[in-house]
Amino acid sequence: MKVVINADACTGQGRCFGIAPELFDFDDLGNGVVKGDGKVTPELVEKARLAEANCPEHAISIEE
Amino acid sequence: MSIKPPVEDFATDWDHTDPAWVANPYPIWDELREKCPVAHTDRYGGGWFPSTYELVSAVANDTDNFTSHTVVIGNGRPGEDAPPAPIGVAPPISSDPPFHHIARRLILPAFSPGVVNTIEPFVREYCGKLLDNVSAQEIVNGGSDYAQYIPVAVIRQMLGFPEKDEDLFREIVHIVMEGIDEPDMDKRIAAFEPIRIYMEEQLQDHIDHPRDDLTSYLLNAEIAGTKLLPEHIFGTILLVLVAGIDTTWSGIASSLYHLATNPKDLERLVNEPELMPLAIEEFLRFYSPVTMARLVKEDFDFNGCPMKKDDWLLLGFPAANRDPKAFPDADKFIIDRQINRHVAFGLGIHRCAGSNLARMEMRVAIEEFIKRYPKFELTDADVVTWSQGQVRGARHLPLRILS
Repeated sequence: MKVVINADACTGQGRCFGIAPELFDFDDLGNGVVKGDGKVTPELVEKARLAEANCPEHAISIEE
Repeated sequence: MSIKPPVEDFATDWDHTDPAWVANPYPIWDELREKCPVAHTDRYGGGWFPSTYELVSAVANDTDNFTSHTVVIGNGRPGEDAPPAPIGVAPPISSDPPFHHIARRLILPAFSPGVVNTIEPFVREYCGKLLDNVSAQEIVNGGSDYAQYIPVAVIRQMLGFPEKDEDLFREIVHIVMEGIDEPDMDKRIAAFEPIRIYMEEQLQDHIDHPRDDLTSYLLNAEIAGTKLLPEHIFGTILLVLVAGIDTTWSGIASSLYHLATNPKDLERLVNEPELMPLAIEEFLRFYSPVTMARLVKEDFDFNGCPMKKDDWLLLGFPAANRDPKAFPDADKFIIDRQINRHVAFGLGIHRCAGSNLARMEMRVAIEEFIKRYPKFELTDADVVTWSQGQVRGARHLPLRILS
């Protein structure tokens, strides 16, 4: 499982790196970026799903 | 201020400054969602109010049919003297694509989470000082003794303006936000004159004595090798002042209102500080302070509504956040709500540029308040007042401190 951010949809709402700082970071403009290769370890699955479900711009997706 | 007839039917004659709407807009929005999702009014020269999450999202993401040229509803329309689209009077909030993107990119780094983190200690210390000042009082006004000062101090420091001018900042916000009912454009411009003179003095001081702050950053910034136009700098500073102050002040005060009237939530937040991030998002959803406006660009049909060029479109993010189709138990405050795709900071290209800053200020202000005062209540529910217009928040909020 890995998390992906659609950079065209992201407007920097900041929810993903607030919820799951292990998986997401922010760039100089405050837009969300995926940390590393985005791979989700089992203990972070719930956080990944919450990040996806809380993004107001629907910019986050999870690839199984 | 003109005297307006009270609203009898919000579906056909809405007015966001009507006393019923100001006091408690939520039942009105619930009814509109049921009856007609897009309400109309002939007031302010004509306007529309979508009340559902879906339609608010659709408008926020539609920069082809709606312009941000004027985002605060008034009786007039932008005159010929007003800076034209796509720049507008206060870039980037008043800008449309493609200029919007350039103006926004310019200011985003100043409000990025990394920068916001460096400001947090200042905010925490400042909140502590405010609480020290009222430590002898049995009754603390959560609005006028506390919340209102915090964003003023933050914005003043970011801009590098003199500390002694903080009262003036609140005056500026008041003139811009609450003076919307002045029908006489000349009077509005006259009221604005002292602000213009003051800002020019501050800009000149920064030109003479450059320093590490947002004002000097804007003075030095370039777009494609050219310095920003003076009206761009002026407009962006005005935006930071107006958008950064009574919005966050409202967010803090409304959160304190909630905790004063919901002792179980207060107790949980005191005992389980790890809930704070979820609580902040729920405060933002449930008491969303900010409503924006758009103007219809050209005649077109939106969701069956015949919109005319220059009609207002009131973009009710707070109403979207109470839509039961978007949030289970939308009318319930759930302090640990896990899934909360709220739109308190707007959606799309105009997402509040200061959202990271606002969140941090709210969190620190509430953390410090409840650390100092783990128990408090309203002195009297009837005396609480709420601001009118496009920013909603508790204003007069007398809190009795309990031991």
